[in-house]
Amino acid sequence: MGILDCTAVELGKKIQAGEVSVREAVEAVIEQIEQTEGTYHCYITWDKEGALRQADLIQKKIDAKELTGPLAGVPVAIKDNMTTEGMLTTCASKILGNFVPTYTAEAVRHLQEAGVVIIGKANMDEFAMGSTTETSAYGATKNPWNPEHVPGGSSGGSAAAVAAKECFFALGSDTGGSIRQPAAFCGVVGLKPTYGTVSRYGLIAYGSSLDQIGPLCKDVTDTAVVLETIAKADEKDSTSILRNDTNFTEALIEDVAGIKIGIPRDYFGEGLDPEVSAAVKKAAEELRERGAIVEEFDLSLVDYAIPAYYTIADAEASSNLERFDGIKYGYRTAEYEGLHNMYKKTRSEGFGEEVKRRIMLGSFVLSSGYYDAYYLKALKVKALIKQAFDDAFEKYDIILGPVAPTTAPKLGASLSDPLKMYLGDIYTISVNLAGLPGISVPCGVDSKGLPIGLQMIADCFNENVLIQAAYTYEKIREQLQERQG
Amino acid sequence: MAKEYETVIGLEVHVELATKTKIFCGCSTRFGGEPNTHTCPVCTGMPGSLPVLNKQVVEYAAAVGLATNCDITRHCKFDRKNYFYPDNPQNYQISQLYLPICRNGYVEIETKDADQNAVTKKVGIHEIHMEEDAGKLVHDEWGDCSLVDYNRSGVPLIEIVSEPDMRSADEVIAYLEKLRMIIQYLGASDCKLQEGSMRADVNLSVREVGSEQFGTRTEMKNLNSFTSITHAIEGEKNRQIDLLEAGEKVVQETRRWDDVKMESYAMRSKEDAQDYRYFPDPDLIPVEISEEWLDELRAKQPEFRPEKIERYKKEYDIPEYDIEIITGTKRMADIFEEAAALCGQPKKVSNWLMVETMRLLKENNMDADQIRFAPEHLAKLIQLVDQKVINQTTAKEIFEVIFAEDIDPERYVEEHGLKQVSDEGALHKTVEEVIAANPQSVADYRAGKEKALGFLVGQTMKIMKGKADPATVNKLLKDLL
Repeated sequence: MGILDCTAVELGKKIQAGEVSVREAVEAVIEQIEQTEGTYHCYITWDKEGALRQADLIQKKIDAKELTGPLAGVPVAIKDNMTTEGMLTTCASKILGNFVPTYTAEAVRHLQEAGVVIIGKANMDEFAMGSTTETSAYGATKNPWNPEHVPGGSSGGSAAAVAAKECFFALGSDTGGSIRQPAAFCGVVGLKPTYGTVSRYGLIAYGSSLDQIGPLCKDVTDTAVVLETIAKADEKDSTSILRNDTNFTEALIEDVAGIKIGIPRDYFGEGLDPEVSAAVKKAAEELRERGAIVEEFDLSLVDYAIPAYYTIADAEASSNLERFDGIKYGYRTAEYEGLHNMYKKTRSEGFGEEVKRRIMLGSFVLSSGYYDAYYLKALKVKALIKQAFDDAFEKYDIILGPVAPTTAPKLGASLSDPLKMYLGDIYTISVNLAGLPGISVPCGVDSKGLPIGLQMIADCFNENVLIQAAYTYEKIREQLQERQG
Repeated sequence: MAKEYETVIGLEVHVELATKTKIFCGCSTRFGGEPNTHTCPVCTGMPGSLPVLNKQVVEYAAAVGLATNCDITRHCKFDRKNYFYPDNPQNYQISQLYLPICRNGYVEIETKDADQNAVTKKVGIHEIHMEEDAGKLVHDEWGDCSLVDYNRSGVPLIEIVSEPDMRSADEVIAYLEKLRMIIQYLGASDCKLQEGSMRADVNLSVREVGSEQFGTRTEMKNLNSFTSITHAIEGEKNRQIDLLEAGEKVVQETRRWDDVKMESYAMRSKEDAQDYRYFPDPDLIPVEISEEWLDELRAKQPEFRPEKIERYKKEYDIPEYDIEIITGTKRMADIFEEAAALCGQPKKVSNWLMVETMRLLKENNMDADQIRFAPEHLAKLIQLVDQKVINQTTAKEIFEVIFAEDIDPERYVEEHGLKQVSDEGALHKTVEEVIAANPQSVADYRAGKEKALGFLVGQTMKIMKGKADPATVNKLLKDLL
């Protein structure tokens, strides 16, 4: 088994044991990037020299027994909407094309303290607005399973980098499915934690009340380890929550006996690809065979999630993105007459089409006379959706369903029809509206050879049950493949 | 017969709170400093930064609300007010629209009725909300550009919005003085109009006497002294009446007062009013003010001026005029109470404050809340005089040093050798010398001219460099002559 075939935890063990040096791990990743990056374009920025320098520093600390954790020396990718001190942070937008932050996002800092090596900044949809990574101002990322297809989004660069072995794991952010959907499309594991679990300090906001940072990994074990490392309360983020139940690795147990799983019938209606439907139902069946109690139920309100989500997220985004004005940092138009003309030209030139569409939509729903009809109503829908989930979690430990209606679409197929792209978020979006944790794990491939994702959702603060069920399912699949292989 | 008009005035008063750090970050609120040195990613609107509420801001705002008879909103929220301007780093200001912290209060002001009789009037307070200040634009005329200083960005403010209950400039000034007194007593702000820590915008309309309906109002900005507020009110009242008399209409607009030209000009009309697209700030959680917290804040409310005046009348044997002056600022009242308690001589403390302190404040162009000296130093000075360690003349000189540098008078007397000499033996020789050197005066005194004794006392004090006890010198001279 080559270095690149290791999971993050396997690599970390080899590094601690002295079987692999940090420099060897970083060089292996760089060699891979040099070979495949031209095809996949997972990164906006990657820094070979910087990564090698970090590698040597971390090796010294490992040799001095100052770094003994499972992630020490492991090369990682960070989605380009998290600030990294001294390293370009663009949000995949022209408007931040020259922005080098003076501070590091809290979640990234926790990884650095654990001794990871940051290889670079992963591509994404501009300001995380999109489901394909095609709205990036720096070119689309391609799906490593088939470069004619998108990797999903908005954390498409992060998911593709893990799938293409251009890093051992990555951080992404999830506002309406932006971790889980690209994880499904690229055949990796992605977890969106309970809102408030990971600090948002340094995460360049899209929809502040929905955004949450989470890991994209090769397997469930890595996912638990990374989540445990970044899930820490932060005084700098008022929405961060102090939890004392973040020993996620303790949930890596192969057992689902007695776990109650609900399958919402509403998730299996029109628009769902039959191959995806079959793979997800088969996964549920396999869990039932291991002792889980599986039944179908009606979740309700699913159709209202998309309009409520786009109202709230875009309203927040329209305000969050006001700071990009050409005054203090980032792009400023070359020629202008007066302040207003400068604002107008800078923002017209600096933002892409999808970002401008959402800023306009968000400004509209907040404007005087429409606030009650749209924004307030969307907040009420959000509360009702949360209530529907609360009711479901009275009966079930886990809600199981697909991540997305289809596998990864072809490049260019989504951009022409934004509404269709928005509908692709139908299974992931309500999880953000309700602040719940959700995980995406691979559950097969379709006839085109593209991966299918299985989504599991738990009640707030119940990541442990998600991790336990996902871990068990992963073992079921491994055993199946061993029997078949 | 000419129509009679009534002026209707409501105020929006911004007060900068006296917290050490800004409202949403740990940066210093200290005035001055090189541009952009009291800044961080939060108060400069850097991407990914997040606001965290300073609890002291809530406490000050609620304290002002309690002191002005407001209902405190137990579950209050912050909203974003969206508008683009370079001094506003996020291009939204974090403020409160939907659930402000205080509502529905009032203050009582002393005013005069039509017959010039003193009456008490209630001025309603519509709401008080918390918000952040903006940065400052500096226009560089040489460089043909504008620069931004974010040192003030994020300094906490409260905005006190009154009901349209005032009818004259006198009432407006009385209301502002009352607010300032309350807020200064709370220690929530120094409330200086000139320095901008208190700013008032005047909403004014006129209507015919007897009319139930309000006229169209204008909002006047840039008023930074009580005098300019008075002038602006008079000017705007007359401008509106002139318009109405000429059959024209008052336009709802924001106007800027020019205190030099003594006139106002329109800044923007209601038509170009911006849509601020207010919505709850998702980066901040709602502020929950518990019953316990509110009780704590109630318990911490200081004794305000009216109660203080009543107590002083009972406790201290000092003139009412002195009480008025001393309680005029919390700083002066605090010094008085502490010094009086320490030396047990309230009357003497009051004298030092009323005469010497007031004189030095005037000479130095200072306000009473800028007094720096510690009350124990004044108390000690009074004790030193009482114990005849120093005489009154020396005490006055030392007090000037106390006022300027807050020195310890006891140590100062030691270090500078200022103890007065009251020992008869030690003075005897000097008095004899003075008698010998001034035969004419001695002769005059003996001839019955009492005045000559004064001259001889003065000569003795001069040789003693003012340190002799005048009473002892007097006695010695009389004995020897």
